[in-house]
Amino acid sequence: MKHSVSTPPGGIAFAPSPLARADISPERRVYLRRIQQERQLIAISRVGLLLLFLFFWELGARQGWIDSFIMSSPSRILKTLFSLADNHIVMHMWVTLYETLTGFTIGAFGGVLLAVLLWQSELLSKVLEPYLVVLNSLPKIALGPVIIIWVGAGTRAIVVMAVAISMIVTVLEMLEGFNSTDPELLKMAQTFGANRRQVFQKIVFPSNISTLFASLKINIGLSLVGVIAGEFLVSKAGLGYLIVYGGQVFQLDLVMTGVIILALMAVVMYRCITLMERLVLNGRKK
Amino acid sequence: MKNILTAEGITAKYQAENGEITAAEQIDIAIAEGEFVSIVGPSGCGKSTLLSIMAGMLTPSSGRVMIDGELVSGPNAKVGYMLQRDNLLEWRTIYKNVLLGLEIRHALTPENIEYAEGLLKTYGLYEFRDKYPSQLSGGMRQRAALIRTLAVKPEIFLLDEAFSALDYQTRLEVTDDIYSILRREGKTMVMVTHDIPESISMSDRVVVLSGRPAHVRSVHPIEFEKDHLTPLARRDDPHFNQYFSEIWKELRGNEA
Ligand SMILES: Nc1ncnc2c1ncn2[C@@H]1O[C@H](COP(=O)(O)OP(=O)(O)O)[C@@H](O)[C@H]1O
Ligand SMILES: [Mg+2]
Repeated sequence: MKHSVSTPPGGIAFAPSPLARADISPERRVYLRRIQQERQLIAISRVGLLLLFLFFWELGARQGWIDSFIMSSPSRILKTLFSLADNHIVMHMWVTLYETLTGFTIGAFGGVLLAVLLWQSELLSKVLEPYLVVLNSLPKIALGPVIIIWVGAGTRAIVVMAVAISMIVTVLEMLEGFNSTDPELLKMAQTFGANRRQVFQKIVFPSNISTLFASLKINIGLSLVGVIAGEFLVSKAGLGYLIVYGGQVFQLDLVMTGVIILALMAVVMYRCITLMERLVLNGRKK
Repeated sequence: MKNILTAEGITAKYQAENGEITAAEQIDIAIAEGEFVSIVGPSGCGKSTLLSIMAGMLTPSSGRVMIDGELVSGPNAKVGYMLQRDNLLEWRTIYKNVLLGLEIRHALTPENIEYAEGLLKTYGLYEFRDKYPSQLSGGMRQRAALIRTLAVKPEIFLLDEAFSALDYQTRLEVTDDIYSILRREGKTMVMVTHDIPESISMSDRVVVLSGRPAHVRSVHPIEFEKDHLTPLARRDDPHFNQYFSEIWKELRGNEA
């Protein structure tokens, strides 16, 4: 009996450039070159767009087309950045980062744990379903004042806010994922006499690794939203505080700098999760 | 020969909000040790239900299943069950997939692992043990699924349309392959299928079920002049068509 073994998928990532190989047809060479050129064009255009935007912003501010007092300008932002020490920006960054990661971790773990609980008991998940839906669509920021009264105006209130915003989504996403695990796989495990815990450990959870990372990616962004909203309300420190403070004293450079740092932070955290995902996915392929 | 598995007066009902479905009615089947029995019937008649009951994964509304003289009341260690798809876990290597059954049964002893490795070697998958299911052909995947079940050393194999997810060509090959492996391991086999040629090519007996609710319509002993023909060789035997038309008429009789 003959078996044809298909080539492994996704094995091309670290291969030497296919263009360097001699045994490819001219058509393929053209095709590969075109893809490469398109990628380069996209990368260059992205950077170019940003530079263009910064250029006109700066130019506009210098020429007086826009009021740099309320619009700030790239150079003023840079200056603010370089005078970090005066504004304690690094400290504010750490505060926000700490609060976000704390909220994120609690939200993610709590959310997954709750989803597991709800998966365990169909009855419980049916009973709680309408409440979860309402909680999910409720703008959690509206709970801000209540949270402050309950846990006090401080870091704790901010973290609770982040958890409130990120956890419910995780619960719903993960539960949905758990429940849509391939029933044939479940049956296969049951043919070996697997109990519910084994079914979860060996089939349901590993089947949902990508669901997990998808919800973590949403989660990190939402935690940041929660933290900033919290800092707006109970401001003592953090980028949210810095932004509100900057607005109140009409120091728009500070506000813009805060927003830009925030954006960078969001990107870096998101990338960390993407990286983690790749590590986990490659890890289990080892 | 001694009966290893008997189903006695099996009736199965499913309850749903919009009514009750009777999937099987008063089914009696006795399977002898080492025998290969096929159960054929139209789609949706209750074949899978019957097989799940034999495996102890489903409790019948009435009747009972006995294996080696013992009442079946839950998933049974003497039974190996193979489903339509191979259901290999994509995130596990072939090696890890093959050990899954032992893992679930908390039976990862050195002897059992050695036995599973032996099966991988015997059936040509040992070099592929560190590959992932997506890197194997359909036939090899099916074979890996078979070894996963063989590794827990069941005496009885239940096959639920075990090959129907494969394309025709592969299917003929895999049927031959799996059949010879199971014969060689001396297992008792019960296979449900809606494919008449498949049932004739493999079994010692074919049980024809009626449409839903399934009950036993007729039983056809299958004998060829030459013993131990492979499923493919059987398809070339002149008797093959005779059996086919016989069983086909029985099945058609269902619909009339
Ligand atoms: N879990 C279930 N709940 C309700 N009805 C079911 C369930 N499983 C199967 N059935 C019904 O029972 C009948 C027999 O199903 P099945 O045993 O899968 O048939 P077959 O394997 O012969 O195609 C079908 O009509 C099917 O719709
Ligand atoms: Mg079926």
